[in-house]
Amino acid sequence: MRKYLLPSLITITSIILLVRLFYLQIIDDGYKLKSENNAIKIAYEYPERGYVYDRNEKLLIANQPSYDLMVIPNEVKGLDTLEFCKLVDISKEDFDRILQKAINHSRRLPSPFLTQLNRKDFAAFQEKIGKYKGFEIQKRNLRDYQVAVGANVFGYITQVNQGIIDNNPYYKSGDLIGKQGIEQEYEEVLRGQKGVKYYQRDKFNRIIGSYKNGIYDTIAKQGQDITLTLDIDLQKYGEELMINKRGGIVAIEPKTGEILALISAPTYDPALLVGRQRSKNYTALYNDSIAKPLFDRGLLAEYPPGSPFKILTALIGLQEEVIDEQTSFVCRHGFAYGNRFMKCHDSGTFSLNNGIYSSCNTYFANTYKKTIEKYPKPAYGVDAWSNHLKSFGLGDFMGYDLPPGKRGKVPTTKLYNKYYSAGGWRSTTIISNAIGQGEVLTTPIQLCNVMAAVANQGYYFTPHIIKKIKGGTIDPKFTTKHQTTIEKQHFQPVINGLYDVYNMGTASRLQVEGIEICGKTGTAENFTKIDGKRVQLQDHSIFVAFAPRENPKIAIAVFVENGYWGARIAGPIASLMIEKYLKGKITRTDLETKMFATSLESEYAKVLSGKPFTINN
Amino acid sequence: MKNQSVLANLDWITVLLFTTLVIMGWMNIYSSSLPNDSLGFDFEREYGKQLIFICLTIPLITVVLSIDAKFYEKYSFVLYGLGLLLLMGLFVFGKTVKGQTNWYGIGPFGLQPSEFVKTTTILLLAKFLSDAQVNLKNTKHQIIAFAIMGLPIVLIMLQPDAGSAMIFISLVLVLNREGLPEWYLWTGFFAVLLFFSSLFIQPIYILAVILLLIIFHFLKTKRAYRNPLVYLIVFIVASAFVLSVDFVYDNVLEPHQKDRINVLFDDTVDLKAEGYNLNQSMIAIGSGGWIGKGFLEGTQTKGGFVPEQHTDYIFTTVGEEWGFVGSTVVILIYVLLLFRILYLAEYQKTKFSRIYGYSVATILFTHFFVNIAMLIKLFPTIGVPLPFFSYGGSSLWAFTILLFIFLKLDSNKVNEW
Repeated sequence: MRKYLLPSLITITSIILLVRLFYLQIIDDGYKLKSENNAIKIAYEYPERGYVYDRNEKLLIANQPSYDLMVIPNEVKGLDTLEFCKLVDISKEDFDRILQKAINHSRRLPSPFLTQLNRKDFAAFQEKIGKYKGFEIQKRNLRDYQVAVGANVFGYITQVNQGIIDNNPYYKSGDLIGKQGIEQEYEEVLRGQKGVKYYQRDKFNRIIGSYKNGIYDTIAKQGQDITLTLDIDLQKYGEELMINKRGGIVAIEPKTGEILALISAPTYDPALLVGRQRSKNYTALYNDSIAKPLFDRGLLAEYPPGSPFKILTALIGLQEEVIDEQTSFVCRHGFAYGNRFMKCHDSGTFSLNNGIYSSCNTYFANTYKKTIEKYPKPAYGVDAWSNHLKSFGLGDFMGYDLPPGKRGKVPTTKLYNKYYSAGGWRSTTIISNAIGQGEVLTTPIQLCNVMAAVANQGYYFTPHIIKKIKGGTIDPKFTTKHQTTIEKQHFQPVINGLYDVYNMGTASRLQVEGIEICGKTGTAENFTKIDGKRVQLQDHSIFVAFAPRENPKIAIAVFVENGYWGARIAGPIASLMIEKYLKGKITRTDLETKMFATSLESEYAKVLSGKPFTINN
Repeated sequence: MKNQSVLANLDWITVLLFTTLVIMGWMNIYSSSLPNDSLGFDFEREYGKQLIFICLTIPLITVVLSIDAKFYEKYSFVLYGLGLLLLMGLFVFGKTVKGQTNWYGIGPFGLQPSEFVKTTTILLLAKFLSDAQVNLKNTKHQIIAFAIMGLPIVLIMLQPDAGSAMIFISLVLVLNREGLPEWYLWTGFFAVLLFFSSLFIQPIYILAVILLLIIFHFLKTKRAYRNPLVYLIVFIVASAFVLSVDFVYDNVLEPHQKDRINVLFDDTVDLKAEGYNLNQSMIAIGSGGWIGKGFLEGTQTKGGFVPEQHTDYIFTTVGEEWGFVGSTVVILIYVLLLFRILYLAEYQKTKFSRIYGYSVATILFTHFFVNIAMLIKLFPTIGVPLPFFSYGGSSLWAFTILLFIFLKLDSNKVNEW
């Protein structure tokens, strides 16, 4: 038997070797990864981010070179920390903290060490950095803003966080990504595609050639330039008018749905979020929980629409055939329903035209009541009414191409059944909806879109900020017409009423020579909580308009928080914006001077003063 | 038909397997020693030198096959003595590299006598064991056999080259084949088992297990055969062995030898220091996948991550560039070669040829197994070359002589009537 010992040993050990090899080579994937980490160095080439232009091809955002100092913790060897800290001008504590953070991310992948250095910062140690093992320079591009406005529209560029790195394999630590605004919305268009080069390296970490002759390498693809629908002059003018006020302005070209201006006040200079100070600046903006400069009021602020909503009440009344142009109601300083009373500032007999330009609450309360009561049950009435509202894009995100959004609110039968229990409510219960003071909430962009639909006499295009993508096409949804449920013939009488608002109504003092503006003032009550108590604040000043009456070129919605009545602040601003856009210069310099001088800061300070205060005076 | 030419009686299957291994080995040496900026063929590089070594095997083989078969048996004692002289000469004329004095420097080339001494040792061993008077049950004959093995071991240990010395120990398998009492092998086997288990298990538990086994054996054995003294001696020796393991480990083993044992079992070793070689070797092999990265495409190989890759670590190139399929092919060729040699050995007409053939298979097998196993964390790292594959003139020529002496003996069997 002894002669079989060696053959058996050979057989058994060979099988053991093969099983072990099978495990290492086939089953365990870890070694492939380790081998790549060992021997392959990946270098990225970052393409320049696309430029951004305004609708008149004026350059808004360009790029400037920037340098990131990256660290690969595993490769840091024999470092004289103190000398190094002195060179890059940081403290030892900062050095330890940043390095630890890099180690936490990965020991073998590059992590940002110092970022967004401009040419001058970088020049200080450019020569010497080469001798420090484990540190390398990554050239990137930063935004170079040509204008100091539009921060809320543009958004900003920031380093990707761990969450993004984990979820999107494109991004590596230290990469930049667009946040908010068009930078986020058109990130993939603007950023292009970074180029990747794989190098083979040896055990001394020296690059010894391209990996597999570069078959996996990709060439950086330039970011695409985009043109916005924004008129930067109008944007700038609007931001200036809104200084010392809070609120939002949205202006849309009705024919196309293009956003001409999107203003949120207060705002900030977009350049604040670029460079070595960006983090400090961002924190300051972020922590301002009172003025909320990062909160885009044009898109996000949900306000009760107030009187501009009467336009919709009228249109729905006409479409539901509960009123016609001649239908009239008598107003005696208000509208009595049950044992309650809705006040109105005037009295007399009102039909559609003077109902609109006088903004008679009684007229619209009656119209709304008749609309709801046309149906056998108030529930059906509300359903029909809210369907009409939704066809104007209310109660929905609308699908515009900017990241933040709010639905606003269009109340439904379901909501009222919840509030009052089924059958426990009728038209008069919810009568406040008639004048935009009920449960309806709208954002400025939604209200502006309503005006665009009115200007177009029955349709609108989804509002959008993108006009052109160089070498690309814009989303077809922006060129798709949305028809409202209101038939075309019902718009003309309402538009006539809106024209008369300027002609002889609540905005008669805001007329602009040579432009026929159709508008509607609004004043919305609003409340806040101070120390747990519900406190009424000064009314919001609201104004919506479009112009010119024939072939409208601009629709606008202006919301000024606590600006009191509509024609006081929002109205003049809307008129000035329209004049600026249509004429390019201002003839109503009296209004302009007054608006520039108007500050609501004292009004906003009242809430914080901790003292009792009076409003609307 | 007598006195046919050597070539007609040569076992061409073995020659084919030998040639295949040499060519495959050279391809991998070429890959692992090709500089990244190389343009032309460079005889200064390892692949160039190896090509010369390979070419020189042809006259070498011619000489080996030309010498009369009887010569190897007749002059085995002289050859053995020459081998020992060469080993001893190292202490005077040898070149010391990395603390080991195992080379003669001859111009740009080196000669490693321990490689050739394997051949001379088994020639003498075969000669001794083939003597009809010799019986390995006889203690005196055992001592002589162990002395033949032991002299070169001692001299090689003094170089010190523990790896090469260990190869000689595998010749116990040959003695076992020729009638050495079984308990030698078992004792050796248990000694190794005890050594490694003692490193990781508390001695008290091991002693308890040994005691239980002895009691069990005692109870199972018929009363007549029981000798309590034997059991006592076995227990004392085993206990002393177990208890001395820590001492041996701490005081006898060199630090690098400890490291080589540690890296097998300890996952916390520093992969940049003592764990580097094994880790890089496993990465190279492990990243090969099914069919490997392709000839000359191994990133580990190109980057030079595996140290001494063209010599003892040459199989890592096979693993990386040829993958599991290529590794399997290479292993199967070795297995075929070993079985072919064993098959031929069993059919030898003289005891000398048979024992020599069996020894050749043993030596080749030990190299083959230890070399590959140490790369994939199955065996402590021991610097032995992969026969016919690894870079190096001495080892290639020594293995060639080893193998072709056997083929000469084999081709001569038609004359042995």
